[in-house]
Amino acid sequence: MVTLLRRPDAHRESVAEQLQRPRTTTWRRARNCWQLYLMLLLPVVYLLIFHYWPMYGLQIAFKNYNVVQGITGSPWVGFSHFERFIESFMFWPVIRNTIILHSYELLVGFPLPIILALALNQVRLRWFKRSVQMITYAPYFISTVVVVGMLVVLLDPRTGLLNNLLGLFGLGPLDFLSDPSYFRHLYVWSSVWQNLGFGSVIYLATLSSIDPQLHEAAIVDGASRVKRIWHIDLPGIMPVAVIMLILNIGSILSIGFEKVLLMQNSLNLSTSEVIDTYVYKIGLAAEVPQYSYAAAIGLFRSVVGLILLVIANQIARRFARSSLW
Amino acid sequence: MAATTLQARSTRSKTPRRIQESRSDRIFTVVNYIVLTLLLLVILYPLTFIASASISDPDAVSSGRVWLWPVDINFNGYETIFNHKPIVRGFANSLFYVAVGTTLNLTLTLLAAYPLSRRDLVGRHWFMLLFVFTMMFSGGLIPTYLVVHDLGLLNTRWALILPTALAVWNVIITRTYYQVTIPHELLEAARIDGCDDFRFFWSIVLPLSKPIIAVNVLFYAVGHWNQFFNALIYLTNEELFPLQLVLREILIQSSIDPTMADAAELARRRELRDLLKYCLIVVASIPPLLAYPFVQKQFVKGIMIGSLKG
Repeated sequence: MVTLLRRPDAHRESVAEQLQRPRTTTWRRARNCWQLYLMLLLPVVYLLIFHYWPMYGLQIAFKNYNVVQGITGSPWVGFSHFERFIESFMFWPVIRNTIILHSYELLVGFPLPIILALALNQVRLRWFKRSVQMITYAPYFISTVVVVGMLVVLLDPRTGLLNNLLGLFGLGPLDFLSDPSYFRHLYVWSSVWQNLGFGSVIYLATLSSIDPQLHEAAIVDGASRVKRIWHIDLPGIMPVAVIMLILNIGSILSIGFEKVLLMQNSLNLSTSEVIDTYVYKIGLAAEVPQYSYAAAIGLFRSVVGLILLVIANQIARRFARSSLW
Repeated sequence: MAATTLQARSTRSKTPRRIQESRSDRIFTVVNYIVLTLLLLVILYPLTFIASASISDPDAVSSGRVWLWPVDINFNGYETIFNHKPIVRGFANSLFYVAVGTTLNLTLTLLAAYPLSRRDLVGRHWFMLLFVFTMMFSGGLIPTYLVVHDLGLLNTRWALILPTALAVWNVIITRTYYQVTIPHELLEAARIDGCDDFRFFWSIVLPLSKPIIAVNVLFYAVGHWNQFFNALIYLTNEELFPLQLVLREILIQSSIDPTMADAAELARRRELRDLLKYCLIVVASIPPLLAYPFVQKQFVKGIMIGSLKG
């Protein structure tokens, strides 16, 4: 089982053992670690300032925050922001877009790196394997801005490559980027293009650590490659795959919205407006930023994400014996 | 006679022999290679097209004569870019953010990961919880923005460096790396010789950290080079914009300083604009793409160790 928090060597001392061990109290042992604590100081301070202080600031979701009165001085309004959001006409479209987009991305983007890793693992020619790896990793390092920029130039209705191609077959030029019905496909498949190679790294690493004796035994037993993949490789990467899946599901309401933001335009908003872009729009980009309202929506999203994460983890623990903690 | 053939066979079997593959396996292998090659082409094609288009005549590109190889090679696009001040400035700014940011990131990550990897750290469980919890729940966009605002970092270079000074994911990978590669016996032996924690970290752990340092540097540096959103929300001063933000304006919002184009006709302008986009894409992508092969060896090693225990 993959564990992050639990100490694998935790051991409950019996009373007899406690009486027998030398009197190094926890306090004394802690004092011996002072140098380690000192090392931890800076990172912990960073965490407190940039991760935990904002959590304290989350309370503005329950207030009407204004800069003059500050966080503590602003008036309390309870859940009114949440009610307002749920009843607003943007609620269902935004939630629906977010869920559909993320589910689509998960459905497509989760299995493909696994398949790639399984396929690559079967390649014997070293140079071929290396080349495929290098080339499929490359798009990951290209920035989101550049990838969307590529989409913009390649899909341009007048000069773009794709439309020129379509023109060869006599199909009219399509304005892909302005059409809401294409948005999801463009988003998901360009994400696949970018992340496929890199996403397979972790699976390849796991596959290469599978005991080769298992494979040798299977070959001796006459198993075909396909059978070996199904019975040895897949179960071998299952724990890792499940963890990745849990993490993905847990972030269901927080898609990499930078890319959505870049691909959005006023024409495709009906499918492209997701929670985070909406929060950005009304919280920061608006002429009169509504900090509290935006913060409330953000909190809503974080809480739902956390709940989903826990649920997904419980299900995984029950069925796949694999857990995040 | 039988004995000699037996002997001949046994010496022959010492040389490596290809295992005879069944027919279905051979079909599988062939299909596998074909599919992977297709994948290769699909991934490679947009990149090659854009590279070709960036050095081709704009006319040829927009009329569709450029499919794979450049047509009428010229470097006008690149010349224009390198003469454009915001782009050069963005490039320099990004280099700054990458250099300073990655150094800070690496320092903090190593400082956090090593103590957390030590089993004898009292309260280790709680510290881990402190770190990991931030991965599961966060204050969100607005509260973080307000913190940056309250710290007076808005519109300064530090706004792009401090809020992302540490990625817990990297800390976890580094911690796992240390757990696997620094045996406890090493620490004990050093202790006996009178070595304290600081000295041990500096003189022994750090030199052993090369692979994981490579992994971290790669992740952080590429992250810094590619970031644009933080710049979008925290910066209004154009002098501080990183390259990606400048790119966003040009590539996506298609707003170019009119003094940049040197032609009068609208069509020519549009083609030029596209040419500049192609060149920009190439220029912006080359640094990260170049960096990868250099660290690849260390990187693969580091990823393998760091990921095995999750």
